[in-house]
Amino acid sequence: MKKEELPQDLGALGKITGEVCYVVDESGNYTTQLSNGWEVKSSALEVAWKDVEQRIQEAHNKVINKEASPILFFMELRVMDIPIVAAYTGFWKWQVKKHLKYKNFEKLSASRLAKYAALFEVSVEELKTMKADET
Amino acid sequence: MKLDFKHTQAAHCENGVTTSLLRHHGVNQITEPLAFGIGSGLFFIYIPFMKINNGPAIAFRTQPGLIFSRTCKALDIPVARKKFRSKKEAEKILMECLAAGQPVGCQVGVYYLTYFPKEYRFHFNAHNLIVFGKEEDNFLISDPVMEMATSLSSYELERVRFAKGAFAPRGQLYYPKEKREVTNEQIKKAIKTGINRNITLMLRIPGPIAGIRGIRFMAKKISQWRDKLGPKKAGSYLAQLVRMQEEIGTGGGGFRFIYAAFLQEAHAYHPIPELIDISKQFTKSGDIWRSAAVQAAGIYKGRIGSQADFDVMSDYLRASADIEKQAFQALSKIKWPA
Repeated sequence: MKKEELPQDLGALGKITGEVCYVVDESGNYTTQLSNGWEVKSSALEVAWKDVEQRIQEAHNKVINKEASPILFFMELRVMDIPIVAAYTGFWKWQVKKHLKYKNFEKLSASRLAKYAALFEVSVEELKTMKADET
Repeated sequence: MKLDFKHTQAAHCENGVTTSLLRHHGVNQITEPLAFGIGSGLFFIYIPFMKINNGPAIAFRTQPGLIFSRTCKALDIPVARKKFRSKKEAEKILMECLAAGQPVGCQVGVYYLTYFPKEYRFHFNAHNLIVFGKEEDNFLISDPVMEMATSLSSYELERVRFAKGAFAPRGQLYYPKEKREVTNEQIKKAIKTGINRNITLMLRIPGPIAGIRGIRFMAKKISQWRDKLGPKKAGSYLAQLVRMQEEIGTGGGGFRFIYAAFLQEAHAYHPIPELIDISKQFTKSGDIWRSAAVQAAGIYKGRIGSQADFDVMSDYLRASADIEKQAFQALSKIKWPA
């Protein structure tokens, strides 16, 4: 990539820091230059977050229909998956899978609920009702 | 306490940590491209049976941690590396290092990394930064992808050092154990070792999913994605490919430009004319990867999306694979002066 071709399309990272890119100068030598972003990759990031939002929405609907427990909703909200939730809470993966079912969730003990609530950074009440400020 | 340490920005976190720590230890010749090349950082792998963030698992560089280890080893610098079970112990050892005047490389997860923009905070655990001091409750942080040094509270640092999931850092810290001067002869030898290992990685690694064959394999899969996954999911997969290729850390073109820069720097140590020509081939390959990214963006933004458009995407990858294969073959034919 030539120095003058380096894109400067302000992206989420560009607002905080420029990124080092390797470019070729007029005499054919490599040098570094800061880029504020590139539209091609900020739109790729946008696609990734849209997918996340869709998964959150789907999870939300499933919980409303009692097809899944609120843990699924918060797992998607925090961009986690079953292995990550298991690793943070200390449950086995099969336990987390079990707790994703609405029926089993209703039977969870207070201490287990508290573990999930702590991971998702909500209160137990919010965990049960799927209320969370979307920050 | 603030150590006498100079923050330098780099394209990639591990290259940056390696470069800064080695410079701190008196290896004045080291640059980011040299660290990357000596550590044989260039790679490609597509693991079809694994998913990352619900998308394909693709990497353009070697496994995390190896660039630092290989570069230090090649320059004959002993390395200390520790993982911890206990968070307390992890902080205690970190404080001891700082008290001994030793800046420390740490592996961290980015999801809870407070100074990163929210858009970048996925559960990715192979990020690297340097801790170079502590003032009150704040650790002073040199994160190579940031222009300026920054800081994290002791709780925030503990949280990212003990992030969970794939590649969990488990508090991992590392640093060169001794201050050593490195001769130009050592650098020359290290460059040669690094290049030869990279040739093996890209040309001779067994199996169809890694190296040059991995790129071809991916090209073949991409042309099938539209039918197999449907246009929407195929678009998401391509977006993931672009992010792995271009997002913070790669220096553009999936590390191909850094590698080209490395070969130019290698030429300063080994005045072999072929190195300059081969460097240009990597620049060309990087440019093709970027054209592929533009094509991919057309697809995931919904501007284009026919089967022919996916085939164009595959053709770009095949073109890159051809160039890189020739380039590495040319590298393998270089006669190094003894």
